[in-house]
Amino acid sequence: MTSAEKSSVAGVPAGRYPAGALAFPHRDLVAIGRLERHEILYLLDEAEQWVAMNRGADKHTDLLAGLTVINAFFENSTRTLLSFEIAGKRLGADVVNMHAAQSSVKKGETLIDTAITLNAMRADAIVIRHGSSGAVELIAEQVDCPVLNAGDGQHEHPTQALLDALALRHALRDRGHAADDFTGLTVTICGDVLHSRVARSNILSMQAMGASVRVCAPPSLMPAHVDAMGVEIFHDFDAALAGADVVMMLRLQNERMSGQFIPSPREYRHLYGLSKARLELAAPDALVMHPGPMNRGIEIDSDVADMADRSIITRQVEMGVAIRMACLDVLTRRRRGVAGWGDAA
Amino acid sequence: MKQARPLTITGGRLVTPDGVCDGALRLADGIIAGFEGPHDGDDIVDAKGALVIPGLVDLGVFAIDKGAFHFGGITRAALMPDQNPPLDYPARVNFIAKSGKPDMWVHPLAAATAGLAGAELAEIALMREAGAVAVATGRRWIADSGVMLRLLQYAAMLDMVVVSHAEDGGLTGKAVATAGEIATRLGLPAAPSQAEALAVARDIALAELAGARLHIRQMTTRAALDLVRAAKARGVAVTAGVTPAHFMLSDLATMDFRTFARLSPPLRCEDDRHAVREALADGTIDVISSGHDPRGPEDKRLPFADAEPGMAGAETLLAMALTLVRDGIVDLPRAVELLATNPARILGVKAGALAAGYEADIALVDPERPWIIDRRKMAASAGNTPFDGQPTQGRVTALYKGGVAVG
Repeated sequence: MTSAEKSSVAGVPAGRYPAGALAFPHRDLVAIGRLERHEILYLLDEAEQWVAMNRGADKHTDLLAGLTVINAFFENSTRTLLSFEIAGKRLGADVVNMHAAQSSVKKGETLIDTAITLNAMRADAIVIRHGSSGAVELIAEQVDCPVLNAGDGQHEHPTQALLDALALRHALRDRGHAADDFTGLTVTICGDVLHSRVARSNILSMQAMGASVRVCAPPSLMPAHVDAMGVEIFHDFDAALAGADVVMMLRLQNERMSGQFIPSPREYRHLYGLSKARLELAAPDALVMHPGPMNRGIEIDSDVADMADRSIITRQVEMGVAIRMACLDVLTRRRRGVAGWGDAA
Repeated sequence: MKQARPLTITGGRLVTPDGVCDGALRLADGIIAGFEGPHDGDDIVDAKGALVIPGLVDLGVFAIDKGAFHFGGITRAALMPDQNPPLDYPARVNFIAKSGKPDMWVHPLAAATAGLAGAELAEIALMREAGAVAVATGRRWIADSGVMLRLLQYAAMLDMVVVSHAEDGGLTGKAVATAGEIATRLGLPAAPSQAEALAVARDIALAELAGARLHIRQMTTRAALDLVRAAKARGVAVTAGVTPAHFMLSDLATMDFRTFARLSPPLRCEDDRHAVREALADGTIDVISSGHDPRGPEDKRLPFADAEPGMAGAETLLAMALTLVRDGIVDLPRAVELLATNPARILGVKAGALAAGYEADIALVDPERPWIIDRRKMAASAGNTPFDGQPTQGRVTALYKGGVAVG
């Protein structure tokens, strides 16, 4: 039996979070900015059981049997969609994927009408990715079931930030660090911060977990007044790397590489590419992260991405499935009538 | 409708250009006859202590929405050329000029360029013949400085004011918010507020060169207001307007992606909001208008960046302006100047003031009457107000157009 039936998490000291649904009192997961530190920790702790299960031979439970999870992706995605699909299926839910390219959105149906339609099909959870900031919240207001944000515009990508935190926790644990938050660590996020929802969610979650965050980008890819979010701003990558414990590289979209925001990919690589030599500037044994998909040879060199002892990029992907299982489990507990989580809706 | 018999409004507090005074106001043949008491045979209305002000002149609305205008005490509205199709053709202007009569006067603003595309001059002189009182660049700024200069020179020759939108298009691009902490947290496409100062600096320079009259419809930033203040001091014929959103709200109102707060220009930071209030107090800003732009759910129930900009502002215009009086930023005569006298003067129509010989467009106002702004109960054709749910004060209790009661 999994811990989902209990109100606390196995192996975690009592009193770490409130009992029952109070540990995670939200219906939806739309933004890290809405979460308290203990709520982030709760989702991370919940995900541990799924990390363990996913590493075994039997990767299936019937916890969500009978429930329907709709992945509504209004923006193209391969990795995140696959990760959510696997997560839902391993929990035993019926998972349906809706791609914008095949949907009536292309026929002019409004987003609200699409949301109402999904709602009428009685989904038990809806996972949404959309190209406009705030779109997921807008849909959440229109439906009766839990909504998970799989990325909205340039606003937030909460499950990415959670999986990054979980991957970092595991990497630190492997090195013998007992602490499960990131107090004292310096995290450098480098790349297209302006257009990155991954950066926004990670700034918020890393800070909530105690880390200090640096952001590094050319001025054309740096959001205005981002220092108001409590980060330190760098334009010089070498300076941003000095002493950093974690280096999180962001993907540079192809359409932003030539002219409008940066002069050329090779100039970008010259200034902001993570090479082995540059990584030497960071703390000894600094960890390297990337949300994928990578532009090898542009923002990150292959020999850095593939460093077995430093790069945790594939571990991030692994943790993605576990985190999404935890989110689907926690958010559907009320629906499933789990004790302490309210009545079945 | 012609005024059949003279009408005298007694017992009111008249807000005249010279101050507020108790007295009577006599309206005859559709114009203000004077301030003497009722003559024999006059109809008499007892204002019972209400404020008597000129009907508001709303410079720059996007839709003719009579119910909302009458609720708000607006008797004249200058309609922006951003219609479908645009007001870039004399016959369309002629049709619009007649569309509000008899109880509402609509002053069409001629499109400055064909299709409002910012490239070729429209037939401005012919549109003037058809009833256009001014020229407007529309929702957008004219990017080509050569086109803008020729427009200003041409309008100066015709003695028509050019109403411009002040945002440098290259800088704004697809932005829907002002660059700053809020837009960064929300992940919204944003442009620096300097886009306004850039546009204003160029347009003032060109207007000065052309000897043209320039009215910047919405001024929302400290830097741009400083430019207008300096230009006025050296005698440039430039005037400035604003809508209540920019003296009541800042970009904090866009948190939670509220699309009713999606406006063009976008809401600014708190410091800019204070700069607008200072400019209202010191006379740098000449006009408060509603920017009335009713938008239904199909335009507003969308993600923030995908929603159309604009607010339904006609009903709340007067109440919001009265907050400036209560806050001690302007006095009542100055508020009336901002809402009626100045816009009428800019448009060149003899209205907007309680003065003999002016059009008898009159509103009686209870300045204290409390009410709650409710998007579900608006007279406008849509309820997209950023002030939804806000308690306010000040309601029009009676309205006269050309001496005839409206509604």
